[in-house]
Amino acid sequence: MRSAIVDGVIDVNALLRETASHANGATIVFVGTVRDVNDGRPVSGMEYTAYRGMAERELAAIVAEAAERFATSDIVVEHRIGVLALGEASVAIVVGHPHRGAAYDASRYLIEQLKQRVPIWKLEQYLDGTREWVGPTRAGGEEQGAGSPGRAGSEERGAGSPGRAGSEERGATSPGRAGGEEQGATSPGRAGSEERGTPA
Amino acid sequence: MTVTVLLFASYADAVGSNSLSIELPTGATVDDVVRHVQGLPGAAKLPKEPLVAVNERYAKRSRAIAPGDEVAIIPPVAGG
Repeated sequence: MRSAIVDGVIDVNALLRETASHANGATIVFVGTVRDVNDGRPVSGMEYTAYRGMAERELAAIVAEAAERFATSDIVVEHRIGVLALGEASVAIVVGHPHRGAAYDASRYLIEQLKQRVPIWKLEQYLDGTREWVGPTRAGGEEQGAGSPGRAGSEERGAGSPGRAGSEERGATSPGRAGGEEQGATSPGRAGSEERGTPA
Repeated sequence: MTVTVLLFASYADAVGSNSLSIELPTGATVDDVVRHVQGLPGAAKLPKEPLVAVNERYAKRSRAIAPGDEVAIIPPVAGG
């Protein structure tokens, strides 16, 4: 496992090579990218800044937690800082695991914890030339009021109680259930046939 | 004792600096650091109870500060 705050372009393929293992039946890639609209305002780019030392430390702690919780060491997370253009990747998370359910759960855990705990900020740059610091986002990705910074403290939350991102909350994605049900519901007999070939 | 205080993002903009060196009496806590910073010009925009890290770890308000500690006042984080 590895995590880093980087200044240059994130090479997702390199991260995939880094986590590759014949023991894994599933590999989940999450890539966060700079979006062209926020809160109805057209965005031209984003500048990420970090408290670098602490961001590296906190990110490493989150990766270690995920490795233990989901029983895989094939995890790589990179978060980029600096000025990013629309569509560029600000964060990439790659998780390899013998089974897809745990791989999805670990990936979700990593991004939600990152968003709550890692001291990184973004200065959004709008098409009209103005700039504004962006507030935190909710677990689901919706905007959240800026007035709830209290839960970011890892001291308040032990490693074993990661607050809202906990797996209990995501019962729907628990292994062995989400896969079968979802595939059956969308297009029975076809969806997921590739995945069924894996040992997941 | 001298303590380094780091400010980031909107907090740094509000105070007009991203790093301060402040003098505090021995036995001072995180709470004292926060109150000192909140007394600076422009700091009215800071919340009453901001997140604080001491030497790169989130810390409680009651935490005692040692000489040379690096205290960071952390705005709501927004990575990803």
